[in-house]
Amino acid sequence: MGRMAVQMLQIVKRFGQVAANDNVDFSVKQGEIHALLGENGAGKSTVMSLLSGMYRADGGDILIHGEAARIRSPRDAMQLGIGMVHQNFRLVPTLTALENIILGEKSRPWRGKAWKQDKAQEIEAICGKFGLSFPIHAPVWQLSVGEQQRVEIVKTLYRGADIILLDEPTSVLTPGEAELLFETLRELKQSGKTMIITTHKLKEVMAVSDRISVMRKGRMIATMDRSVTNTRELAELMVGRQLPEASETAPGCPGNIVLEATGMKVLADHGYPALDGVSFAVKKGEIVGVAGVAGNGQKELAEAIAGLRNWEEGAMTFLGERMEAASIRRRIDKGISLIPEDRMKSGLAGSLDLVDNLMLKSYGSAERFKLGFVRKNRNERWAQGLVDQFDVRTPGLNAPVRGLSGGNQQKLLLAREIDRKPGLMVAVHPTQGLDVGATESVHNMLIGLRDSSAGILLISEDLDEVMKLSDRVLVLYGGKIVGELGKWDIDKERIGRLMAGLGETKEAAG
Amino acid sequence: MSRNMMAEAIRGGKQAGRRAKAGPKLPFILQFDPMKKGGPWWMPIASVAAALLLCALFIWANGMNPLTVYEKMAAGAFGSSFGISETLVKAIPLLLCGLGVAAAYRISVWNIGAEGQLVVGAIAATAVTIYWPNLPGALYIPVMAAAGMAAGAVWGLFTAYPRTHFGVNELITSLMLNYVALLLLDYLVFGPWRDPAGFNFPGTPLFSPEQQLMTFSGTRLHYGLLFAFVAVVLFAVFYGRTRWGYEMKLLGANPLAAKYAGISVSRHIILVMLVSGGLAGLAGMSEVSGVSHRLMYGISPGYGYTAIIVAWLAKLNPWGMMATSLFVGGLIVGGYSVQTIGLPSSMSLMLQGAILICLIGGEMLGKYKLVRRR
Repeated sequence: MGRMAVQMLQIVKRFGQVAANDNVDFSVKQGEIHALLGENGAGKSTVMSLLSGMYRADGGDILIHGEAARIRSPRDAMQLGIGMVHQNFRLVPTLTALENIILGEKSRPWRGKAWKQDKAQEIEAICGKFGLSFPIHAPVWQLSVGEQQRVEIVKTLYRGADIILLDEPTSVLTPGEAELLFETLRELKQSGKTMIITTHKLKEVMAVSDRISVMRKGRMIATMDRSVTNTRELAELMVGRQLPEASETAPGCPGNIVLEATGMKVLADHGYPALDGVSFAVKKGEIVGVAGVAGNGQKELAEAIAGLRNWEEGAMTFLGERMEAASIRRRIDKGISLIPEDRMKSGLAGSLDLVDNLMLKSYGSAERFKLGFVRKNRNERWAQGLVDQFDVRTPGLNAPVRGLSGGNQQKLLLAREIDRKPGLMVAVHPTQGLDVGATESVHNMLIGLRDSSAGILLISEDLDEVMKLSDRVLVLYGGKIVGELGKWDIDKERIGRLMAGLGETKEAAG
Repeated sequence: MSRNMMAEAIRGGKQAGRRAKAGPKLPFILQFDPMKKGGPWWMPIASVAAALLLCALFIWANGMNPLTVYEKMAAGAFGSSFGISETLVKAIPLLLCGLGVAAAYRISVWNIGAEGQLVVGAIAATAVTIYWPNLPGALYIPVMAAAGMAAGAVWGLFTAYPRTHFGVNELITSLMLNYVALLLLDYLVFGPWRDPAGFNFPGTPLFSPEQQLMTFSGTRLHYGLLFAFVAVVLFAVFYGRTRWGYEMKLLGANPLAAKYAGISVSRHIILVMLVSGGLAGLAGMSEVSGVSHRLMYGISPGYGYTAIIVAWLAKLNPWGMMATSLFVGGLIVGGYSVQTIGLPSSMSLMLQGAILICLIGGEMLGKYKLVRRR
């Protein structure tokens, strides 16, 4: 023991201006289960991708079993004995488990029955050794998610991996399946395999890992033994402990209720409930922050309110109208506005110009089209007005918006939504990837909108942002609201604990 | 030892890193540029030039002078009033089908079924002449045109509906429906609709004069040309000026943003396939009514497929398609004229194929940018 399976020294990886990994040092001992912990965007997936050969580092060195390694492709990684189990499985649904496992093998061109039988035996032997079971002759699409994951694990073992990377392995599993997975991991550890798992679920980390590394904003914050830490410390390390600047935002003055959701149940893409029995209300003139570690239902919450995701159960009342079953268009027309998580993916059309993008929500009105025909001059004047009012820096109204900087794109998006005078705005990560100046502008736009008596639901992973802007904070954990804090008792440590699913401790009564 | 090795390894790794970056010694490298959506405006022209060069090599290798051959083709297609009118006759169905597939391609619906939609349009137009022989004369052309468009639209719907409701890939359905339409055509002209007085010729009886599109005096050029012009103008107006055009533009540019804006993707796929099929159906009607004056075996020499080249050469622009349909029509006519110097008419097919390959290659390269090596 004590030998290092993986050492990463001063690793730098940049994407444009953003350093996803900023001089990261990371080492994993032979035969341990090492958990890599961090919020979304902390850089843990980048570490995994560098090890599995998906990306190449811009600087720094990687040593595998003490020897310098150049991992330039997944093939290189495989030859070094590194296998990766992706969050979204890389399996061919129509092939059987067996065929998936031997896919890409170049041993011999002729594959007769005897050869296949040999392979089947070989794979069954691996399965038996590590207690992994799945039907090996059934097409993969018939297998459950847990079984598919086992196929992926056996695939890496079959290819001779002794360092296995698992990216968010439990995100798609039920609790029971997750428990089975942990059994497997322990089993693998017994036979000397090294495993690195990324996750942001603290309880799982404590349940399964030997050592834990925490990343935040591209940096490696700490590495420690599980035995000397606890979930509370990990939660603090993950979100950072620096105190928020004294709340300089003037509070809003909440009025009547604009949005009321009760007993909300919504499924995630993989079919399990992402939100289960969530009830809350948003009033006029207040910003309600939603805090939580990614993957605890925030995305689904925003989509369900905007009508992009079906409600399984529950009711939503917006300005006195029942809306849980209304169409997307109906909600837009009634005054629900969404600032989506990824502005270029779902908020703007990059190849179209500013005018077209500004019309995106309002093109149905007679203001923009008269009898179905575009009112070009009028629209351009209107667009110019918005560009001036919200200080969008652009080479011109007819420039494609993908040429704008991220901050200006976001300002454009907000200009479009604010111009519609929404009753409710759902803003998801509104300042993600923006510089300080643009962040400030976006914050001011949100506060301005609040003061014009709209309700705002602010969903953000940036806890500082949530604490700075919100009049109230809801904490989401595991698809439920586990805590609600008012403007004057927002306390970062308490939120951190709630986000980690540790519940209220001393101040629970409040 | 391990510490020594580590230091060694680090140095080795760094050098290796530098070596890996060196590669072949070109001053520029090609780099994928996610900001670029395709090639520049001159890419179609460059690909035609490249295709002509490529085929010139072929012709030259077979002992002919490529210049003579191309000159002969150009003269055949554009050198006489007869050639020009023939070229225009070919350009009409190409333009109509090209507009049809372009409408679909603009929102990434890969309709390659224009051929089948054209054929059912021709069949439906002919059905009007067969089942309603006593309509007032002036009604025939409008009724036949409507029937052709409706049939093409229904054929398009057969592709659109499975796509929107069951997620069936439209490439496969639209392609397979081409064969269904062609076999239906064969059945009709060899079977129930065959002209009893036609000496076993696989075709229907000749249309009466009021069932035929008028021709411009002395040529085979028919008034289907007007259909095509009107279609171009309507296409341009719809896309550039109307609300529906705006929705389509948005769907084409970013379907997810369109969904977030409350636009129904399924509804638009169905609509666009109705339009796409309708335009191809109109092309089919104008072929039977304007050119062959009867429904017959082999009514389309693959116009529906060639139209795909017409559409992409013009980068799906309606005005551009007026030019590219003429050019490709000229290629077909020119292909006939090289037969006189002993070359097969499949010359034009070879050129079409080469153009398509160069165009696709060019568009692929267009997504990259040249970066000066540092």
